[in-house]
Amino acid sequence: MGRLSWAAIPIHQPLPMAASLFIIVGFLVLFALVSWKGWWPYLWREWLTSVDHKRIGVMYILLALVLLLRGFIDALMMRSQLAVAAGGAAGYLAPEHYDQMFSAHGTIMILFMAMPFMVGLMNFVVPLQLGVRDVAFPTLNAASFWLTAAGALLVNISLVVGEFARTGWLPYPPLSELQFSPGVGVDYYLWALEISGLGSLLAGINLVTTILKLRAPGMDYMRMPVFCWTALASNLLIVAAFPLLTATLAMLLLDRYVGMHFFTNDGGGNAMLFFNLIWAWGHPEVYILILPAFGVFSEVFATFAGKQVFGYRSMVMATMAICLLSFMVWLHHFFTMGAGADVNGFFSIMTIIIAVPTGVKIFNWLFTLYQGRLRFEVPVLWALGFMVTFVIGGMSGVLMAVPPADFVLHNSVFLVAHFHNVIIGGVLFGGMAGYNYWFPKAFGFTLDRRWGVVSFWCWLVGFYVAFMPLYALGLLGMTRRMQHYADRSWQPYLIVAEAGALIILCGIVATIVQLVVSVRSRDQRRDLTGDPWNGRTLEWSTASPPPPFNFAVLPSVDSLDAFWRRKQASAPHPPAARVDIEVPSNSACGFVTAVFAVVAGFALVWHIWWLAIGDMTGGVLAMFIFGWTERRKTTIAAEELVAFDVRQRTAVT
Amino acid sequence: MSAQPASLDGPASVQLTVAYGFWIFLLSDIIMFSALFAAYAVLVGQTAGGPGGRELFDLHTVAVETLCLLVSSYTCGLGLVASEDRVPARFYGFFALTFALGATFLVLEISEFARLIGASAGPSRSAFLSAFFALVGLHGVHIAAGLLWLCFLVAQFAVKGPQAFLRRRLGCFALFWHALDIVWVGLLSLVYLMGSR
Repeated sequence: MGRLSWAAIPIHQPLPMAASLFIIVGFLVLFALVSWKGWWPYLWREWLTSVDHKRIGVMYILLALVLLLRGFIDALMMRSQLAVAAGGAAGYLAPEHYDQMFSAHGTIMILFMAMPFMVGLMNFVVPLQLGVRDVAFPTLNAASFWLTAAGALLVNISLVVGEFARTGWLPYPPLSELQFSPGVGVDYYLWALEISGLGSLLAGINLVTTILKLRAPGMDYMRMPVFCWTALASNLLIVAAFPLLTATLAMLLLDRYVGMHFFTNDGGGNAMLFFNLIWAWGHPEVYILILPAFGVFSEVFATFAGKQVFGYRSMVMATMAICLLSFMVWLHHFFTMGAGADVNGFFSIMTIIIAVPTGVKIFNWLFTLYQGRLRFEVPVLWALGFMVTFVIGGMSGVLMAVPPADFVLHNSVFLVAHFHNVIIGGVLFGGMAGYNYWFPKAFGFTLDRRWGVVSFWCWLVGFYVAFMPLYALGLLGMTRRMQHYADRSWQPYLIVAEAGALIILCGIVATIVQLVVSVRSRDQRRDLTGDPWNGRTLEWSTASPPPPFNFAVLPSVDSLDAFWRRKQASAPHPPAARVDIEVPSNSACGFVTAVFAVVAGFALVWHIWWLAIGDMTGGVLAMFIFGWTERRKTTIAAEELVAFDVRQRTAVT
Repeated sequence: MSAQPASLDGPASVQLTVAYGFWIFLLSDIIMFSALFAAYAVLVGQTAGGPGGRELFDLHTVAVETLCLLVSSYTCGLGLVASEDRVPARFYGFFALTFALGATFLVLEISEFARLIGASAGPSRSAFLSAFFALVGLHGVHIAAGLLWLCFLVAQFAVKGPQAFLRRRLGCFALFWHALDIVWVGLLSLVYLMGSR
């Protein structure tokens, strides 16, 4: 069994054991419930093998929300540790657990929470906004999702069997090399990210192709909704950046598994090569996350202000400028490397320049609101909260883009405050805005407003209470990733930060309550028209939830916000033509791929070579079988299309 | 043909979408290679007291390898044309040739690797050799995967006949095979020719 033995189960360590038991019991209960209720056929048919972009989008977001809980529990435990571990106190978390915890927190929140949240929103919304029936490659889309889920599962298996990396969310060598991290933690990290990274890359290829090649008749580039533009920019970045992640992590794997010398201290290796390569992916990665969020806010402001988004062209330009510039700033993550004043100066200026297109966007949103009739629905609250919070986070970022300031603030909790400021205030608020905005489209009923408002205010206030003290602490000299500290004067700040985390906890609980309350009262909150917010873009022109074929007849587009104009002109769309259409049938391909990927990852982590080789051979054979069986299509009869069309027309009028 | 731009005509055909998506995949693949090229450029001088490119590279083998790959790309193109003409003999002939040339390349590369490892110049000898083996090896893995894919496609062709979706896949394979040539030209110039000076 390779390196795997019973010693890998953390029986003598109460905390990881409790967490493991919690996960295992949770899984068993879920499994038992589904079996007892006889839901397996339904789950398999409607979800696990679905290639419908809407179902896949929903599963992405579900994955993101579940892993938000896991990542947040890590955060809460770290904050509690730091609130008590002052002076001589050791706190309740041993250093090796604390190190795993902050590594897992960062990895999960970026790659398995923020990433699936954004990819899920894009998956669900983009084909609907483009007025088409699906993404370019539906089966590949399912495979992308399941590979992401496989990576997430591997990270969580590491909690039960073995350990996770103690190297931070990016495993910097030489610490991550075999010499200093001989355990399986780094291997778990590497294989999980190789697998989910492949999923992200395939999803990126799919959405770029979809946006550039599949659009409703008449929708040229300058008629695409802003969200589609930001999705295009984000997915272009995925296509250009994720191969770098795959290659860089593969080099580290080669160092660890076959004794190569890419980043080692001996043999001529160069650790700074890793820093450069990983951040050449890592910096575009943060724009991959924030750009779709920018798109969500653009849609939300335009819809709820009842106005076309201000400066559409400049919005598009700004998006594409950010897309390009994001590849020219990576070195600002390590100004302290010692590359010299000229190199640091170049990357400093490029970093500061990115603030310009971002500022353009902020002003465009402000002018979209100006003289609009703003309805204060939950998505708008998140969007307004974002504007204030993100500007603060952006300014602290520009501050650190100045190398002399960065030399002081590098690796301090000031930096931690900065990136939480932009990622919570930007990506997470964007995700929550999108979740509240498009939920009725996905499920046919709106989310409860009251609990949504509670959730928003808890998150907003909690964020400020939790992270503003960290700015101060960073200036006081507190470095990041400390398990305990000697300076007692820091403790009051950290107790306040702990309180902030607890307020955020209330926000998370409110989000869950909002979902439960809304599901229970769904019959009172049904949206029968498909257009609950008086929307502007094409996703609101079809039923909620949309049928598998999205539109009875592909909408014809002659302007920006085509659906809005059609409503203003009271011009109904032409009736459905009496022809059958084909949609792709379900496929187990994605799910099966993920099963092979998880087994392969686990076997490689534990050096169980026979299993790894057997599994990968099986995987290739499975691919051949799926490739050989021609992809089947399901025909949807013309009568069904026409009937849907008539139903939808009656519902709207 | 309509007078308006194609972008206004609605969703593109499957044929076009598949080829387009595959192009994007190839671009991403080339970016993956570029990361390894960058690593090689950084580490090429880091021989840790071991042998460098001048002592190790055998340009005669590399010349034969290059010839194999470039000719196989040509035969691959001819095979693709034959698949559209529906001429089975030429189709199978050209793709058999493509496979043979690719396999020859692979055998030569593996024997080169074996020679280096035998001369205690394996991938763990120095950072230079790590980067060399990883970069050239990644290309070799692509070639091996391509050969497997080719067999799979031709077998399908033999069983199912010249269907549209198979020609689409063969077209993707041809793109893949040409892209590997481009990468090889980079390898030849930057690794072998510059390394043997």
